[in-house]
Amino acid sequence: MTRYDLIVVGAGPAGLSAAIEAAKRGLKVIVFDENAKPGGQLFKQIHKFFGSKEHKAKIRGFKIGEELLREASTYGVKVELNAIVIGLYLDKEVTVKQGEEIRHYKGDTVIVATGASENMITFEGWTLPGVIGAGAAQTMMNLHHIKPGKKILMLGTGNVGLVVSYQLLQAGCEVVALVDASSKVGGYGVHAAKVARCGVPFYLSHTIIRAEGEEGVTGVTIGEVDSRWNIIPGTEKTFEADTICLAVGLSPMSQLLKMAGCHMVDTPGGVVPESSEKGATSIPGIFVAGDVSGIEEASSAMIEGRIAGIAAAEYLGFIPREEMKDHLAQLEVALLSLREGMFAPENRGKIIEKTEEGIDISMNLLKMGYLEEEEVERFPGVLNTKGIHPVIECTQNIPCNPCQDACSRKCIKIGSKITALPSIDESKDCSGCGLCVASCSGQAIFLVNEEQEAGYATVTLPYEFLPLPSKGDKGIALDRSGKEVCKASVLEVKSSKAFDHTNLLTMRVPLSMAMKARFFVRQEVC
Amino acid sequence: MKERNDRSVSFGAYLPEADDGTIICRCEEITKGEIRRAVHDGMFTLTEIRRYLRTGMGLCQGQTCGALVKRIVAKELGVSQAELEPATSRAPMRPIEMRILGNERREA
Repeated sequence: MTRYDLIVVGAGPAGLSAAIEAAKRGLKVIVFDENAKPGGQLFKQIHKFFGSKEHKAKIRGFKIGEELLREASTYGVKVELNAIVIGLYLDKEVTVKQGEEIRHYKGDTVIVATGASENMITFEGWTLPGVIGAGAAQTMMNLHHIKPGKKILMLGTGNVGLVVSYQLLQAGCEVVALVDASSKVGGYGVHAAKVARCGVPFYLSHTIIRAEGEEGVTGVTIGEVDSRWNIIPGTEKTFEADTICLAVGLSPMSQLLKMAGCHMVDTPGGVVPESSEKGATSIPGIFVAGDVSGIEEASSAMIEGRIAGIAAAEYLGFIPREEMKDHLAQLEVALLSLREGMFAPENRGKIIEKTEEGIDISMNLLKMGYLEEEEVERFPGVLNTKGIHPVIECTQNIPCNPCQDACSRKCIKIGSKITALPSIDESKDCSGCGLCVASCSGQAIFLVNEEQEAGYATVTLPYEFLPLPSKGDKGIALDRSGKEVCKASVLEVKSSKAFDHTNLLTMRVPLSMAMKARFFVRQEVC
Repeated sequence: MKERNDRSVSFGAYLPEADDGTIICRCEEITKGEIRRAVHDGMFTLTEIRRYLRTGMGLCQGQTCGALVKRIVAKELGVSQAELEPATSRAPMRPIEMRILGNERREA
């Protein structure tokens, strides 16, 4: 048996963050992960994260993963891969399958950060090859560079369903529809909008009736549901598809904690351990962090991990209680700011009709995935000023503020509360640098210039598809719903290190299309 | 957590449903109908169902089907899911070959 000050189970964002904070304070730390690669889900996350600077906002998930691994190695954290923890016993003894044998370890403290697994729902044909989890699709695309299919139907409009749909489009797959039994899009409106403007139709209040096919999926039949979740006869629609992705939530992988004897609570979001703000469970010295203690996302998992790591250091006497309290107070503030706004945990399942600013939420965004033109104007990020100016189509209170930091001219204001809607300061002149466009993790900022040339306007949009169009390319502009609205030509495509792979595509459209055209498709593609 | 263990209660006869043939536990290939029938055979807790049918005893160890089985059993008994006694968690947490499980490392 080998003894460690701290044993961490799971090398994802929470586990690595916990290990780093503890090792920094002098603890001898070992991290076990059953996978061949560390990082949990982080290395699949190719999109930019939300939040503010302290939450690593506008950095892509896999970059955050690389940062965490570097930090862990700096502080001497030992990360054991292909190491399956098969038991957690009284007195914090841990048994681990490593290679062809079982090894015993004893931790003076244990942090369980095992994460969560994908939920499934059943329908006729759900066991056919081709029905996969959205997370599995992400693993295939982003880790193994394999397209999950050609034509894909996504069930679930939470952030996972929306983000993975967008990534499927980026990988060159066709997303035939986004379907959700709920009557409203569950994830961020900005994530929905970037999928909708590529032309993906949304079917809210719909569910899968069956997967068609004998040997594998060849199609999907969906139908509209009534308020009691029964299919309304006559509403069936069939799509040709070879893959069905399910993004219907996650369940904490909390069995180790239950086995160890921690008090567990059965919540609608799964079975989780009772835990304090420090992540302490009912068993002294066993802590939890991340999705295993309740499903959130990677940004909050990293903070919870850091909190648990510091708490473990204090529990073993490596730091005084006062020092822990100071650190935790700061981290608590960072964590709380992520848990505010429309999508805060306490707002789950609630219908929110107005923003914190008192503006009516776009119901179209919640039902179809995009804003109607007449709705856009009521938000403070949209102002018709002269010359080039940003149009910020950010209409829900989500915790995010990189656009404010990006603007050197201080045109964009969010304030100290990061869930506030960005507003435009008319008195400041926009330089047209486009840094705000590239910094927006929701790809919701456009630069519009209605005065460049008589009768025409330019629209600059964030563009993350390959092959990249080039200057002079002719094509079609799509509106927010993905409908073709006019001819467009590419005036410029800007890429720069500061934009971090978000390219800025400037297209020329008729003046009347300045507030309509939001996506570009090359002519030969249409 | 209030746990259901009233064995005297009657909750009606087993009535076949159209989707009884749907596989719920993929690892062990157990159908919805088999789970519903097991409840009528007197298996009220998830542990009992597991021992009776082997649901959740395969590769995924119930991580995928656990919630689905729970929903079916609760509906059949006419109780809320929170009232069901949860299944036990025990080592090994992951499926593992016996030859490895029995191969404890000898410390030098």
